[in-house]
Amino acid sequence: MATVSLSKLTKRYGAIGIVHGIDLDIADREFIALVGPSGCGKSTTLRMIAGLEEISAGSIEIGGRVVNDLPPRSRNISMVFQSYALYPHMTVRENLGFSLKIAGAAKEDMERRVAEASTILGLDTLLDRRPSQLSGGQRQRVAMGRAIVRDPDVFLFDEPLSNLDAKLRTQMRTEIKKLHAKVRSTVIYVTHDQVEAMTLADRIVIMRDGHIEQVGTPDEVFRRPATRFVAGFIGSPPMNLHEATIDGGQLVFASGEMLPLPGQFKANVATGDKVVFGLRPDDIYPTGHGISSGGAADVHQIELPITVTEPLGNETLVFVEFNGTDWVSRMLNPRQLRPGERVAMSLDMSQAHLFATETGKTLRS
Amino acid sequence: MDENSSARLKRRLLGVVYRIGLFLAMLTICLPGLWIVISSLRPTVEIMAKPPVWIPQGISFDAYVAMFSGIGKGGIPVIEYFRNSLIISVTSTVIAVAIGMAGGYAFARYRFRGKSSVFLGLMLTRTVPGIALSLPLFFLYVRLGIIDTHFGLILAYVALNVPFTIWLIDGFFRQVPKDLAEAAQIDGCTRWQAFWQVEFPLAGPGIASAAIFAFLTCWNEFALASQLTRSVSAKTLPVGLLDYTAEFTIDWRGMCALAVVMIIPALTLTYIVQKHLVGGLTSGAVKG
Repeated sequence: MATVSLSKLTKRYGAIGIVHGIDLDIADREFIALVGPSGCGKSTTLRMIAGLEEISAGSIEIGGRVVNDLPPRSRNISMVFQSYALYPHMTVRENLGFSLKIAGAAKEDMERRVAEASTILGLDTLLDRRPSQLSGGQRQRVAMGRAIVRDPDVFLFDEPLSNLDAKLRTQMRTEIKKLHAKVRSTVIYVTHDQVEAMTLADRIVIMRDGHIEQVGTPDEVFRRPATRFVAGFIGSPPMNLHEATIDGGQLVFASGEMLPLPGQFKANVATGDKVVFGLRPDDIYPTGHGISSGGAADVHQIELPITVTEPLGNETLVFVEFNGTDWVSRMLNPRQLRPGERVAMSLDMSQAHLFATETGKTLRS
Repeated sequence: MDENSSARLKRRLLGVVYRIGLFLAMLTICLPGLWIVISSLRPTVEIMAKPPVWIPQGISFDAYVAMFSGIGKGGIPVIEYFRNSLIISVTSTVIAVAIGMAGGYAFARYRFRGKSSVFLGLMLTRTVPGIALSLPLFFLYVRLGIIDTHFGLILAYVALNVPFTIWLIDGFFRQVPKDLAEAAQIDGCTRWQAFWQVEFPLAGPGIASAAIFAFLTCWNEFALASQLTRSVSAKTLPVGLLDYTAEFTIDWRGMCALAVVMIIPALTLTYIVQKHLVGGLTSGAVKG
């Protein structure tokens, strides 16, 4: 069990920078998810921690020990690859026991640990099969088993679920969560799927273009996004974001439409400031059909035309036209709505976000 | 119902046509080999007959008996030739495959300056016909004193085979996902162990086929060997065939018998190894 600490970690290929001096401290037994769009440097960061990629500058500590130049085998880590990377010429049993064989473990010890791992993951009946005879989900489990058997300080997951179909992905997500509860190792989990990150992680690291945008608990990154990028990246459907200008106590949008300036930001902006106004779909709803319908403090009423509705059973996503584009809103206990119909919408301004247009940073103090 | 039975009939008829076609094609391919075997068993008169005699009238193993009867009794030093061929072919194959593995792995896995030029250069050497090199090689070997030696021929064959083995083995290593070697390193292997434990077994069938090709090239090579070897101590089997040509006559039957002796080991080896040349061994390694 170990802490992981990255300081000024940098990766360059020639003149091209991939990771630009990131700092991150991961506590013992913590489950950390690195998320971000493709090419943001999250996988490169993971591979540097694993020792599969040389670091250009900075340092990596695992359990208080600097491991910058140590080969992967000396870092006491294990990794689950996106492609699973099972050894096709070995049976499941041999795959699971491979690291122990290389380490020269005693036969009884090896058998016991392989049996333990296969029991945890329900692989008992598959031990004599080859990877080619397994389904995607089973291969995924073997890959995790291979990681568990090593009893590592740190588990590294590199988009482990992205090759599975949607149903299996949800199922395996739950299994990973259970697994972490059982083995209590430090986990670093790379994904581009924010739902995975939100559901699994103790803390989420959102990366963009080789920089860390925000580190926080799922609740923090969802409720208090530090930047416009985080606000747009976390949450599904994504937050509605619109550029506006401050004019006294009003937000003036490009179309001329206006909304009152949310109270929590009044001290931090001045007339003429360019800002980005953000509101989650949960915080805008046909009046009487919202999550916070009951006791919301700062609700603004506005009548808007409906463009499209997407019924999901227990709720309906309602697209309304505002400022020349579609705004997504979430309608609970849905009733029948027709496109073109104008409905009274409630905007919970106490949940609104403002970001500086220029820097993208939050204007919340 | 009618439609179904006519479709079934058509399918059966097509099957028969395919089989006949396949038989004819195989016959065309195998006929020269078969003709050599038959010719080694029949008298010269029958071999030279016009029009050709298709069905042998009398079969005898005289040519084989004569071949092993020693010098002066119509025999040739076939054991020595066989030994030379074996030593030269096996040694040069082992060396060419070893170099091919190192080179192929490097081309498949590493990035280095001038990689594509070096690779292209290696491939271009294949465009030079071996026979064109025989005279310069001859002079060079005479100067170096390695003419008419096993070493000289092994050297020439290694040079001949290395570009080919590198090219073939490179392709097989490319098919082994890089993730596997990385997973092995995380599992505690050194780079070297990862290669031998994971990448080598998976590229094994490819390496075996490279070895077969290299071996057969050496085993059957005539042009260079006929220039670079002179004596019984270095001549290989293909060169030994020339022992059956005299000033005015050619012993076709003896030549065919020696050809059969040459073909058998090559055929046996290929038969043994081809079982291991199964593709798709890497399926299931990564998501497929």
